[in-house]
Amino acid sequence: MDRSGTPLNMVRANNHRFAGRRAAGILLAALPILFLAVFFFYPLLSILQISLIPDGTLDLSGFAELITSDYYRRVFFFTVQQAVLSTVITLAMALPAAFVFARFEFPGKSLLLSLATLPFVLPTVVVAAAFGALIGEHGVINSVIVSLFGLSDVPIQLEGTVAIILIAHAFYNYSVALRIIGSYWATLSPRMDEAARVLGAHGWRLWWTIRLPALRPAILAAAALVFIFTFTSFGVVLILGGIRFATLEVEIFNQARNLFNLNMAAALSLVQIGFMFIVMLIYTRLSRAATADIQAARAVARKPRTKGENALVVITVGVMMVFQFAPLLALIWRSFTVGDQGFTTRYYSALSTNPRGSVLFAPPLEAIGNSVSIALITTVLAVVLGMLTAYLLARRDSWAARALDAVFMLPLATSAVTLGFGFIIALDEPPLNLRASPLMIPLAHTLVALPFVVRSILPGLRSISPNIRGAAAVMGASPFTVWRTIDLPLISRGVIVGAVFAFTISMGEFGASLFIARPDTPTIPVVIFRLLGQPGAGNYGQALAMSVILMGVCAISFITIERLRKLGMGEF
Amino acid sequence: MLSVQAITKHYGKPVLRRVSLEVSEGEIVCILGPSGCGKSTLLRIIAGLERADDGEILIEGVSMEGVPVHERGFGFMFQDFALFPHMNVSDNVRYGLRMRHLPKVQQEHLVEDALRLVGMRGFERRDVTSLSGGEKQRVALARSLAPTPRLLMLDEPLGSLDASLRWEVLKELKRILKESGVTTLYVTHDQSEAFSIGDRIAVMNAGRFEAIDAPLALYRSPQTVFTAQFLGLHNVLTSSDYTNIPDDLPALDADYILIHPDGIQLDPKGDITGRIRENNVWEGHYGSIIVTLTPEISLRVNMGRPTLLGVDDTVRLTIDPAYVVPLSP
Repeated sequence: MDRSGTPLNMVRANNHRFAGRRAAGILLAALPILFLAVFFFYPLLSILQISLIPDGTLDLSGFAELITSDYYRRVFFFTVQQAVLSTVITLAMALPAAFVFARFEFPGKSLLLSLATLPFVLPTVVVAAAFGALIGEHGVINSVIVSLFGLSDVPIQLEGTVAIILIAHAFYNYSVALRIIGSYWATLSPRMDEAARVLGAHGWRLWWTIRLPALRPAILAAAALVFIFTFTSFGVVLILGGIRFATLEVEIFNQARNLFNLNMAAALSLVQIGFMFIVMLIYTRLSRAATADIQAARAVARKPRTKGENALVVITVGVMMVFQFAPLLALIWRSFTVGDQGFTTRYYSALSTNPRGSVLFAPPLEAIGNSVSIALITTVLAVVLGMLTAYLLARRDSWAARALDAVFMLPLATSAVTLGFGFIIALDEPPLNLRASPLMIPLAHTLVALPFVVRSILPGLRSISPNIRGAAAVMGASPFTVWRTIDLPLISRGVIVGAVFAFTISMGEFGASLFIARPDTPTIPVVIFRLLGQPGAGNYGQALAMSVILMGVCAISFITIERLRKLGMGEF
Repeated sequence: MLSVQAITKHYGKPVLRRVSLEVSEGEIVCILGPSGCGKSTLLRIIAGLERADDGEILIEGVSMEGVPVHERGFGFMFQDFALFPHMNVSDNVRYGLRMRHLPKVQQEHLVEDALRLVGMRGFERRDVTSLSGGEKQRVALARSLAPTPRLLMLDEPLGSLDASLRWEVLKELKRILKESGVTTLYVTHDQSEAFSIGDRIAVMNAGRFEAIDAPLALYRSPQTVFTAQFLGLHNVLTSSDYTNIPDDLPALDADYILIHPDGIQLDPKGDITGRIRENNVWEGHYGSIIVTLTPEISLRVNMGRPTLLGVDDTVRLTIDPAYVVPLSP
């Protein structure tokens, strides 16, 4: 300093100024980390503690029971088995459609692809209700057959079987697989097919020796993702599977909520978390391979030419429409026609009343109010934390940023039921007692929504070059003005997409809410679940009516997201 | 006007080592050096985008220490132009004026003036992402000039343009800078840019200034070995090799000596004989040959017109003593 001639005190003052700004920055950066520590890692550690050292001493009896008992082994095997079967069925259905979408151009293609994604954003309770409405005991198909042939018994008995679970899972994940495989396929050159045909391959040999091997990365990535979703499936299995089938997820819920066996629930959660993290790791590896080449290649779709090609397109689109939309239409139709009074809107009007003897403590319509306020709080929390997190992840390109990136994706690999369970055991006693707090559910939902919000904002943020901020600063913009006039406009679309994601996720979240929601302030999915579990056309009709309303909310959100995403934002 | 005093900066390893520079009002100084020599870092430190570890920046004798970037009133043009993608051309140019809270009407006039200066009137409503490279460059220049900065800094402003476009833009840029009379620091790695635009050139290498001088003086007398070589003046000899040249050359007390290629002539009566090792013809109408005198010594000779002599022919040379220049290492 002495040689440069700068007065020492001036430098100190300046250092203080910089130090102050840095402290503010560190504080903001610490907020999301703190949030994750308190509301994610702390509950997770509580689960670990309850399963291993329930009374202060190490006690492995829970795990011993888990390993020795036939029952839990069956639960585990059933979880894996249904996930594998669901994955296989989903892929088998999505592959031909992916081929058609990758190779052919036809009217309404992009609209159809958009619409096909709708089921994926629908809450599990809605999907379960929709499948019940289509092929359940009182479903559209059964009642049509009964009235056509004058049968006294319903011919299709799928409720409470594995089949209906698998079909619902395939319905749910069809579009995910279609998108991953289809977009990868579109980048593979059709010359490869032609070369193989010239060399004498055709029919199944073409599929077996050329197409499937070339698609391997995309198929594996899609399979891993569908496996993850179906392995942790909760609502569909709980509602459609009845009491006979329990996945790990359902069993955790049963043990904790119905049997109060926290030790066992915690042990099961640990198994679940461990297994999920492994599959998640595999998936991140695979998905990198499946997206690596996409930028390089160009799409080569063309109009179908031959009769065969035309037939293929028509059949694919037809199957897709029926498979993807029939359950949703059945849901809407049945919500007006359940019971024996013909077409009626009474289930909708009944939503505002709370008749005596109802399973609910409040009129169902109140649940809509609950859900909306919870979703709004979630949206605010998730957007604020998501923005801070995105800044944290976008700033430095170092191993620390990559590690943080992985850490902030962890909630995605943790099932909602586990999160809810963790909340109950960790946050209902000092030092942090939130049991009576109306923030419990929004906090859990924020955790679920956070990775989606972060992923929506990050690309926009990363696209802002540091020079752009520098240019604004040189021209006289203070740090806050730079943020307001440069950053904010450039990430606004991502922020809106993230906000809509957070809102939709919160509205439909079921697993964690079922754990946490208090009886007098249920959310929409919780009310639908309770109504579905009660006998009587009245309850059932109201459940369907609520499902239709929830589906409408999600559909509107979904259209908003799709529109904004078309404009080129978001990583999903 | 600008005084850079002993600026030092480390990023793990030293990037700038006690760099000093004086720039007077209205002067255009080019900072010329290979990539990674620290020239951009120096510019960013002067702008306030980065902090020096040590040293001081003075403007009109006032220290910039503790003055944040947005309060310095400078202009900066980035290599990637850093245009704001969410604003149109005129809003980009207006940004600096808005930050100074100028009245709307005045903003309107200044935007108009700046766009006229760079020949971009009529592009006001255009989306900046739809502009060509040259157009972006002009908008970026207009944006940095519009608020009439005390000091304008240009960081490789032609770096991202095609070679074909460069010369056109360079001529324009020179006219605009002279017309606006703004004090300018111009960073580049391209010597032809520096020589055509700078009032003075500061050659930087490995975090230090090697030489600071007017373009012609620098070309005739590059001061250091690095500068000579960076400017493509290859005839740098050690003092012992120099004394071995059989000609009547001045005795110089320096470790290295440059025999300027412009000062060597083919002369049948010359005292120096050598064999041609290379004969290069540039663009058909001028050239250079490399003549080997001894196994250690080869000299490049710039030719006004190409010679028909072939490789391995023997030639005689004379050296003009005025073109023999001492260099420091």
